[in-house]
Amino acid sequence: MTPLLQVTGLSKHYGARIGCAGVAFDLYPGEVLGIVGESGSGKSTLLNCLAGHLTPDRGQVLFDTRADGLRDTVTMSEPERRMLARTDWAFVHQNPRDGLRMGVSAGGNVGERLMAVGGRHYGRIRDTATDWLGRVEIAADRIDDRPSAFSGGMQQRLQIARNLVTGPRLVFMDEPTGGLDVSVQARLLDLLRGLVREMGLSAILVTHDLAVVRLLADRLMVMKSGHVVEAGLTDQVLDDPQHPYTQLLVSSVLQM
Amino acid sequence: MNAPGASPPDPRSIWTKKKMMIELNGVGKSFTLHNQGGTEIPVLAGAELSVAPGECVALTGASGAGKSTLMRMIYGNYRTQAGSIRVGGVDVTAAAPREILRLRREGLGYISQFLRVVPRVPTVAVVAEPLLQLGRPRDQALDVARGLLHRLNIPERLWDLSPTTFSGGEQQRVNIARGFAHAYPALLLDEPTASLDAVNRAVVLEMIAEAKARGAAILGIFHDVAARDAVCDRAVDVGAFTPGAVQ
Ligand SMILES: Nc1ncnc2c1ncn2[C@@H]1O[C@H](COP(=O)(O)OP(=O)(O)OP(=O)(O)O)[C@@H](O)[C@H]1O
Ligand SMILES: [Mg+2]
Repeated sequence: MTPLLQVTGLSKHYGARIGCAGVAFDLYPGEVLGIVGESGSGKSTLLNCLAGHLTPDRGQVLFDTRADGLRDTVTMSEPERRMLARTDWAFVHQNPRDGLRMGVSAGGNVGERLMAVGGRHYGRIRDTATDWLGRVEIAADRIDDRPSAFSGGMQQRLQIARNLVTGPRLVFMDEPTGGLDVSVQARLLDLLRGLVREMGLSAILVTHDLAVVRLLADRLMVMKSGHVVEAGLTDQVLDDPQHPYTQLLVSSVLQM
Repeated sequence: MNAPGASPPDPRSIWTKKKMMIELNGVGKSFTLHNQGGTEIPVLAGAELSVAPGECVALTGASGAGKSTLMRMIYGNYRTQAGSIRVGGVDVTAAAPREILRLRREGLGYISQFLRVVPRVPTVAVVAEPLLQLGRPRDQALDVARGLLHRLNIPERLWDLSPTTFSGGEQQRVNIARGFAHAYPALLLDEPTASLDAVNRAVVLEMIAEAKARGAAILGIFHDVAARDAVCDRAVDVGAFTPGAVQ
């Protein structure tokens, strides 16, 4: 099997400060990779470099495109990258406001992504949108409501529907359960797990919540000061951490 | 079965008779506690062990001897510092994470003492999960799950509830049901009968015997000697692998 994503020597500095440095990993189809570390450790910098929101100083991000096989997303043209972002990639933001159009109805939020990839038939778009709202457990009679009328958990589920409706192959998630009540988080996690499995998605998940990665991620990278200090099978890294920083991180959590 | 404390049988003599499903050679393990002065805890050295298809082997030894540690290493949950651990042809000490995950999905089951689940997921779905991961149709997987829950005497009114609020014994039975949902060729059991009443313990022992009969290689930790004697063919004393111990 060929990796969906091959990352080598990825670095990003902010002036003299390290954002992330020397990051390398392969991601295979269907795999979920978790990235953990305290705030400021470079998790979001790395994620944004991978998703094309930031330009790294150095390194390669090879993505296995449907049309042309492996392509370096760092050096491809901006329109090509934007096309990938609309089709094969999805980005779930921590704050649903960053990933939704708050002035557009729930159905419109989902339909818009479909239209961006060429969907034209209004009835079909509405049917697909309704279907997706159902899959993320939003009642069909809320399709014409705006996200501002939704709870935080509903907004996050709508953001997920908007992202997954085009059948992406790689989903970037930045603290997708942050800021939600614990019980709402659990439901969202269960939903994400089911969708990832059904759709065979690959995902890169940034979080500081070790319980979230334990439930969602197959593999884990631990970041400290911009560097990956430990990586491996998620439960192995959490239950038998080798690096002093990982041991500190794991032992600081009350219960997982 | 060997008495606890007897030296482990020479794996090579068994190797000539049957192909091993689980095989450990020269396995060593120590923990380094970096944030507690770099304390080094040597736990295992030179561990040798093999389990053939259709065989149930007991891990024995004093509390803290490293039984659970060794089992977690075989499952790939703990890292291994020395030696090799082969399960159905995969060396878990060297395999990539996705190879280990595949082994766990298809070939190697592990029933630990603790139930770990996504909150709010109904018990029946928790039990069906290993089959869903294998891509089995949902209704088929749920049927198997209901059958197991019924057999393990989990009242039907609990099946649609999350097991997070269940009693210790109920949670253990849910864990066992999940561990038996798929017919793994190799199975690790860490005290599967610990908090069960006599009736349910008998059910679990029966399920273990059935797994053996279909050819599963089973490695188990049983504090209950009667349970151990009922299903295990032989015992391996982990105390023999204590670093520095006279072998
Ligand atoms: N994750 C870990 N980090 C550090 N030390 C550990 C870890 N897991 C186990 N140990 C240590 O390894 C040793 C063996 O423990 P283990 O749990 O394997 O014993 P056991 O034989 O299963 O005991 P019991 O019969 O009480 O269950 C103990 O000293 C324990 O403290
Ligand atoms: Mg133990």
